[in-house]
Amino acid sequence: MTADSEVPPVVEMRGITIEFPGVKALEGVDFTLRAGEVHSLMGENGAGKSTLIKALTGVYTIASGTIAVSGVERTFRGTADAQAAGISTVYQEVNLCGNLSVGENIMLGHESRVAGRIDWRSTHREAARHLENLGVQIDTRSLLSSHSIALQQLVAISRAMVTDSKVLVLDEPTSSLDRSEVEQLFGVMRDLRDRGVAILFVTHFLDQVYEISDRLTVLRNGKLVAEHPVSEVPRAELISLMIGRELDELQALSRASVRTVDRTDAPVLSATQLGRKGSLNPVDVDVYEGEVIGIAGLLGSGRTELARLLYGADRADTGRLEMHGRPARITTPRNAIDNRIAFSSEDRRAEGIIGDLTVAENIVLGLQAKRGWLRKVRNPERVVAEYMDALGVTPADPHRLIRELSGGNQQKVLLARWLATAPQLIILDEPTRGIDIGAKADIQRKVAELSNAGLSVVFISSELEEVLRISQRVVVMRDRHKIGELASNDIEVADLVDFIAHDTIKKPESVA
Amino acid sequence: MTTSLSPTRTSGLAFARRFISRRISWVPVFAAVFILVVMFVAAQAYFGNFLTPRVISSLLLDNAYLLILAVGMTFVILTGGIDLSVGAVMAFTGMLGASLLRDGLPVALVIPIMLVVGAAMGLGVGVLVQYFGVQPFIASLAAMFAARGLAFMVSLSSIKVEDKAILWLQSTRLQAAPGSWSITPTGILALLTVVVAALVLAYTRFGRTIYAVGGNEQSAKLMGLPVVRTKLLAYVISGVCAGLAGVAFTAYTGASYPLNGIGTELDTIAAVVIGGTLLTGGSGYVLGSMVGVFVYGTIKSAISFLGAEQSWTRITIGALLLVFVVVQRIIVARSRRR
Repeated sequence: MTADSEVPPVVEMRGITIEFPGVKALEGVDFTLRAGEVHSLMGENGAGKSTLIKALTGVYTIASGTIAVSGVERTFRGTADAQAAGISTVYQEVNLCGNLSVGENIMLGHESRVAGRIDWRSTHREAARHLENLGVQIDTRSLLSSHSIALQQLVAISRAMVTDSKVLVLDEPTSSLDRSEVEQLFGVMRDLRDRGVAILFVTHFLDQVYEISDRLTVLRNGKLVAEHPVSEVPRAELISLMIGRELDELQALSRASVRTVDRTDAPVLSATQLGRKGSLNPVDVDVYEGEVIGIAGLLGSGRTELARLLYGADRADTGRLEMHGRPARITTPRNAIDNRIAFSSEDRRAEGIIGDLTVAENIVLGLQAKRGWLRKVRNPERVVAEYMDALGVTPADPHRLIRELSGGNQQKVLLARWLATAPQLIILDEPTRGIDIGAKADIQRKVAELSNAGLSVVFISSELEEVLRISQRVVVMRDRHKIGELASNDIEVADLVDFIAHDTIKKPESVA
Repeated sequence: MTTSLSPTRTSGLAFARRFISRRISWVPVFAAVFILVVMFVAAQAYFGNFLTPRVISSLLLDNAYLLILAVGMTFVILTGGIDLSVGAVMAFTGMLGASLLRDGLPVALVIPIMLVVGAAMGLGVGVLVQYFGVQPFIASLAAMFAARGLAFMVSLSSIKVEDKAILWLQSTRLQAAPGSWSITPTGILALLTVVVAALVLAYTRFGRTIYAVGGNEQSAKLMGLPVVRTKLLAYVISGVCAGLAGVAFTAYTGASYPLNGIGTELDTIAAVVIGGTLLTGGSGYVLGSMVGVFVYGTIKSAISFLGAEQSWTRITIGALLLVFVVVQRIIVARSRRR
């Protein structure tokens, strides 16, 4: 069934703006959800999906705009308000209490009571009835934590149904489910939809979007990009809607990738069948000296997972690594650093900078870690000055606290930190996300320059143009598989988008 | 993921499996009961005259105040918090009560005052934790110092209690069963506290919310449960129990002394933990805490039977606590792996 415009909207969000200190997370976004539809909310990291959901479920207060539920305008001061209005949410990480029974989790706060005393027998009977409505029959007195995540999610949905929710928000519910569990969840979703529940669905698996949803809304950089019936948006168009076009300034940069790389020697780092159960299917990657390998794919495709395995931040359970043709053991970041591999993480704030230290201290940190805590770094001022200058960190004051710098300059400092350790391979995960165009261009230029000088780089970015411009080869990831490897000098962004959307190898969309 | 989604599986194993999956959270309590039984048997075998009605009765009667404190502490620990103030609050309310009685206030007024003062101290800790984001450890430590200081402000020396009603609580020996099984009103009071608390935790929304908050506070919030109110109330209950323990302890010793109950908060926590309540919250029972108190009392009795120094009580409790905390870690680690 397809929701058409005659069906009255259950949720109407108009001109929603949410600001965090210094950032507009959402800017004037409109969003409409109708009864009896599955509506997918699409967008890359930082597009504002989760912010929009949190506005709808009462976690965040909106700065401006209106939310109307069933035609009545509402102000949510907390999740309880949203629930009272009939909006329930099932999060990716199931937000239930594992220490309580299944039945209790469903009924908590709605137990049947006789004179203030909970009647457990009828409470569990009620819980079982709600579960059976979703086609699930389990012992409601068993402990929630003894069941699989998939089942816990169904329990969470049952809980939503206890309050007779009109709107069900499913925030990445499928990310840890296997194929058959996804099927069961979809069965439940279809059933609820047919009963008139409006479902807001967020996932990063494109196949699932096309399989289950009726309409979709695309966000990018906190703004509404498009809203369409799913049948009217081909995959390639959806991907380009999500990724967007880069600005002219960047397009003006010449392609660094035209350069050829000498691949006669053994690769600096070579991974064979490297994988980790539940996060990445086995992948082969070779990185040669002076080469930039791009990793392209959408959010959740396994890009970051691959980077973390290469660096030893997560432990691989299959495959092996070789460096310069010799077997290498990289199971911890320490091993990686000893092998002169550097990794700049995707989450700059949480895993990169130390906000309360100065720029200089942040730069020296990498070097200090490498030398060990007891040995003094020789001439730290010179090292700091050299790299700040080389990367053009502004303001050029090494004693300023790093948290006072812009995102772009923080990123340059991070790059400086790793370059100071003289790595032979550097892994950059989303080094240009959320930074201004100027800094972006600086970083891209620096990467190209370094690789010309012999440094090997693994470059991960959700901006496909950037990946193509910088790298010589592109490893394409989708749904935690490597779906191919392309030489970047003879393809365009459109080709890459096509490849991500319809590769010839058909794979199931989630990991078993 | 091992649990299949397929509906109804009934096999021969089903009953056993269902029993375990439903009762898993009682396992630590069973373990405590097991230890208690082992200690009884060992002490009886060693001393020959340990398991007498008199000794067993005194387990309850000598530790009534501790049992009352442990009940209140169980509420707080179930929410994932801790209350270090209970020993000092017990001393303070005891001093306050004794001095008010000396000044001629009727006991019918003094006992409610003691309970309200206890509740107020608990509320103070709860407000610090909930609204000022202070760690429960620190907030209750502050309350502990405050209460101890207040106890000294009431009087620097011990105050004898001559009130008939208070003394009746301890001096009356009711025949509980044929033989020398006896119980005092303070013992009844303590058992009543356990029963009421067990019912509240098992059969009221407030009680279940305590478990939900301790299991996953974030989830409880997102489920729309009244998290703030519940946590505040847990500390208030602990405070009220400390006030009640003040009454019981004053009756027990027949006097109040500002240095009473030093270190009692730690004994209380030890009893609760030995009784199978997880320090991380969300799992445990007041009945377990009662067993924990009895384990504590048995160790104390056994050591006085031996004629050894009471410092051995502390050492044994320490060792036992260590074992239980390690067992708890294993249980928690196993449930995380799922």
